[in-house]
Amino acid sequence: MPAPDAAILERRDEIVAALRGIVSGEGVISEPNELKPYESDGLTAYRQPPLVVVLPQTTAQVSAVLRWCQANGVKVVPRGSGTSLSGGALPLADAVLLGLSKLTRILDIDYADRIAVVQPGVTNLAITRAVEGAGFFYGPDPSSQIACSIGGNVAENAGGVHCLKYGLTTNNVLGVELVMMDGEIIRLGGRQLDPAGLDLLGVIVGSEGLLGVVTEVTVRILPRPETARAVLVGFPSVESAGRCVADVIAQGIIPAGMEMMDRPAVHAAEAFAKVGYPLDVEALMIVELDGPSAECDHLIEEVERIARANEAVMVRVSRNDAERLAFWAGRKAAFPAVGRISPDYYCMDGTIPRRRLPDVLKRIADMSTSYGLRVVNVFHAGDGNLHPMILYDANQPGELERTEAFGNDILRLCVEVGGVLTGEHGVGVEKRDLMPVMFSATDLSHQQQVKCAFDPDLLLNPGKVFPTLHRCAELGRVHVHRGELPFPELPRF
Amino acid sequence: MHVLAPTTPDDLCAVISDAARSGMRLTISGGGSKSDIGKPCDVTRLDMRGFAGVIDYDPAELVLTVGAGTPLAEVESLLAERRQMLAFEPWDHGPLFGKLAGATTIGGVIAAGVAGPGRLAKGGARDHLLRFEAVSGRGERFVGGAKVVKNVTGYDVPKLMAGSWGRLAAMTQVTLKVLPSPRASATMVIEGLSSVQAHAAMTQAMGSHAEVSAAAHVPAALGAEERSMTALRIEGFEPSVAARCTLLLDVLRDHGGTLYKLAAMQAKSFWRSVREVAPLMDSATLWRICVPPSGGCAVVAALEPLGARWLFDWAGGLVWLAFDGEAEHIRRIAERAGGHAMLIRAPAATRAVVPAHHPPSFPVAALEARVRRAFDPQGIFETGRFLDPINAD
Repeated sequence: MPAPDAAILERRDEIVAALRGIVSGEGVISEPNELKPYESDGLTAYRQPPLVVVLPQTTAQVSAVLRWCQANGVKVVPRGSGTSLSGGALPLADAVLLGLSKLTRILDIDYADRIAVVQPGVTNLAITRAVEGAGFFYGPDPSSQIACSIGGNVAENAGGVHCLKYGLTTNNVLGVELVMMDGEIIRLGGRQLDPAGLDLLGVIVGSEGLLGVVTEVTVRILPRPETARAVLVGFPSVESAGRCVADVIAQGIIPAGMEMMDRPAVHAAEAFAKVGYPLDVEALMIVELDGPSAECDHLIEEVERIARANEAVMVRVSRNDAERLAFWAGRKAAFPAVGRISPDYYCMDGTIPRRRLPDVLKRIADMSTSYGLRVVNVFHAGDGNLHPMILYDANQPGELERTEAFGNDILRLCVEVGGVLTGEHGVGVEKRDLMPVMFSATDLSHQQQVKCAFDPDLLLNPGKVFPTLHRCAELGRVHVHRGELPFPELPRF
Repeated sequence: MHVLAPTTPDDLCAVISDAARSGMRLTISGGGSKSDIGKPCDVTRLDMRGFAGVIDYDPAELVLTVGAGTPLAEVESLLAERRQMLAFEPWDHGPLFGKLAGATTIGGVIAAGVAGPGRLAKGGARDHLLRFEAVSGRGERFVGGAKVVKNVTGYDVPKLMAGSWGRLAAMTQVTLKVLPSPRASATMVIEGLSSVQAHAAMTQAMGSHAEVSAAAHVPAALGAEERSMTALRIEGFEPSVAARCTLLLDVLRDHGGTLYKLAAMQAKSFWRSVREVAPLMDSATLWRICVPPSGGCAVVAALEPLGARWLFDWAGGLVWLAFDGEAEHIRRIAERAGGHAMLIRAPAATRAVVPAHHPPSFPVAALEARVRRAFDPQGIFETGRFLDPINAD
């Protein structure tokens, strides 16, 4: 991270006083021991107490805080529930941490237009809870849905096990109210499907809090599927499981979810959750199908047939909802289960083309041997999103560094086979320095120009996403064409 | 009109860089099917049809990469061979402007955010563009996104590119998410409903377990039929489609009107005619009004008495409106209904003064202008076509 600005640190009292002038009472937190809960997000390897925390209760307060910070050259880090797995909400020593956790109202639910309008601090699950009585649900369901906020979901373009069928956050958000760094409040999108002009909403979703602060979100809600059933399938090899995934898709079936675990993951999950997973398989797959019962019945048969054609050694179909949830319980407990078998673990999040799965797994296994670190694999197999978990012990000198090097090699491998650094966790601080593996300097400079259009002073969530953030003036003026610098005689910063 | 037709990315960089140096303006063009949208402008045309052809197609990955200049018809027939499709149902604007069908390119479709009835349930062009390669107004090659369906690495620049109308960069290559074509399809129709009744029926169907994939309403005066048609499409595997048709019949029974299942051939031509706005083909002025579904009725209630003809797609969320009335009035009505109005077809004199896009609020217009400048600092792609007051383009 960039070195903290000493001048800002010296002005701390003045900054706290100014914020108290905007947000009264407990909405400004400045006592060092009270800052502790805010010093990291879900990526706990990185910790940094913020300069001060401010928790506004209205859009007007958010606007006033940002306007003051812009006018005074103070950086701001936005934060939802702090469940980011990539350090997107990691505080900076010289930045105000702007928490949206007090904006928790559901403003409107319109079943005729099939939308809900909510404040950013509303949790993902709370949206579904609010509409399920009327037979609706909100599609994206990240594993942290009980805690993560919709504002954070928008910032990170959150996914979930059901996004294969229902899409990511970006496919389910219709509009936002956004406060710009200069305090301007704007609306992008609305309750209709298409935007009027440029799709600025499309670039806000997944911008990791670098472009603006979302203070209201309009999401699409969908009728809850009539039924959902799951099939648990065991395979003698990862290759046969990989082929089964490809064949299911090739048959035109888009399951609600299609998850895979390798042998170590199955063993860890079963030891932890005791749900009856078979221990003698190399790969275990959960395929969930939802919709009208006629559709589920038909597709279950199809999936069963495809699985058997791909050497499945065990196929179990859920007979009721309790059983379906039991199939999932082991998978959903994969993370705590791995936490039980290793002092520490590091979860990766690359995406690869599905066809490369067996090959990539084999190469991860080779790396595991050469690094001397165990790895456990769970994936959203339907969309090729891998979550290898590297097991390590932070108390052993050098293991964390070796783990990070191993993790970086996995992500480089993902890019090498045509995939990406992150499928759903975001770049944050974690993968920032790997961005050049996937993007050229020119690609990145075009993205940074977008940043400059929204936040020309680079005050919003600096240090995230981009390996080096060039000053906007620098990016704007230097136009290199075929290596010829215009005005080569001029000195540059 | 002068035409430049580069065929390699390097040539394209050179053309754009030269334009930047000389202060020339360029209008990016594919098959020209939408060139009569916006103010008529006499500027150099940058013809992108040299960037054509299939680059990578692995049906099992549900991902297709093609040159941006590839004709849409070619893309569609390639996918159809593998029983796959573009689920947003893009279409060719050519015939709407009296041009031959078949010229429209996939790049043009993406740049204009074109989508058909499938937009309602499966998302629009923006939701299917995974990656692009382009040359920006800086004369630099760059990429956005990746060739996989799930990716959050960096800003989602493909979303920005879809629907940007050639004002950010010239796309040379696009990677699209494709989906299996439905194995079976059925269309249920109720005849004789008013706009309000049709909206109620569509709303109830959309909120049911029938998983409706398209919902449209064509008023009596327009269709070949003597009575209005409210149509709901169900797609999927055979047993599921049959079960959902039964369910939908129950849902729709209480809405009055004559209820029946449309024959397959008729259904196909019905949805094609809705997609291509065929019932309003003869109108001089055509608006595309995008509103929340409940807003469609409000637009109709305000403008039909003044002589507007119309049809609903997207369960009432898209109103195609044929009406020569005052543009500002139409836009006010669209805003009041919670949406916006785009001028698609009009006499040249109208297009010379009425902006095609619904004018945004001042701060949003300023932000849009800054984002355009981010990709095109010299305004090479600002041809004046979109009558943008902020840029004085």
